[in-house]
Amino acid sequence: MKIKALIKEGIRDGFPIFLAYFAVSFALGIAAGKVGFSALQAFVVSLTNNASAGEYAGISLVGVSAGYLEVALMVFIANARYFLMSCTLSQKFSPETPFFHRLIIGYAITDEIFAANIGRKGYIEPAYSYGVMGMAMPGWAFGTALGVIAGDVLPSFAVSALSVALFGMFIAIIIPPAMKNKVIAALVLVSFALSTAANKLPLFDGISQGIKTILLTVVISLAAALVRPIPSDVDCE
Amino acid sequence: MEHNIWIYILVMAAVTYLIRVTPLILIRSEIKNQTVRSFLYYVPYVTLAVMTVPAIIDATNSPIAGGAALVVGIILAAFGKSMFTVAVVCPVVVILIEFILTKL
Repeated sequence: MKIKALIKEGIRDGFPIFLAYFAVSFALGIAAGKVGFSALQAFVVSLTNNASAGEYAGISLVGVSAGYLEVALMVFIANARYFLMSCTLSQKFSPETPFFHRLIIGYAITDEIFAANIGRKGYIEPAYSYGVMGMAMPGWAFGTALGVIAGDVLPSFAVSALSVALFGMFIAIIIPPAMKNKVIAALVLVSFALSTAANKLPLFDGISQGIKTILLTVVISLAAALVRPIPSDVDCE
Repeated sequence: MEHNIWIYILVMAAVTYLIRVTPLILIRSEIKNQTVRSFLYYVPYVTLAVMTVPAIIDATNSPIAGGAALVVGIILAAFGKSMFTVAVVCPVVVILIEFILTKL
């Protein structure tokens, strides 16, 4: 009975995540369709990745026929934050909880599902986590598939407009923290400027898109980490 | 070299899963290193910013429309509008600007 109640709670908390995922992944599907993903492939890539930035980074590299290693490295960098979340989450597992739960719950570490898990008091209760995952994750996969289908049937001006929705989502992630934290604000501006320079100056034409994104991310983040390390009590979220 | 989308998907899925599950398997204590923590903290902001600009300007039929969507999106986000609102308004801005441009 307790397990049933926990699953129910998880489903309740997972529902708003489902809605948000469905809307946002639609834009990801448009991007995936543009570079040649079928609806099924888009469904599978979202079901197996459950990531926004990492998935978009990977998909856009598929669009330029990048090498597999380049895609792996790009996805690794773009999803590096999940590594830190996973470390944090490991603190929330009771020694009593069977090990295999880690393998399944780890699969669904996204910004939102991680937040739902971390927001609970005490140790991770796997039944609750499965409720959230089971409710939220299909939204991401179905939304992506539907985006591909919509990209096929919509007129080109609408696809051109909708492809901007994903960038809108990225903006909504980076700007609010930038308003509160001057270091992040400066980082965003520097990233905009250097990325524009790297993509518009003929000097960098020989470097592939993926390598540019990886290098810029690593160099700018590392520089910031060295010059302005975060206070030790800041949460990784 | 011919690339296969299914292999791309497999590579992406494997890398993403390993990132997520490795710490859960191996690390039982928190990362203490300040530089590593800071680096991981900054990465999502930097990588999203790098992927957004100048791509948003190149994604639309007219760069002016993409640029306008960028500015409007930043303003809305700065005023605390939700991700959903920003994600919906940006394409609307593009449609409006591109419509106006064709009439000029």
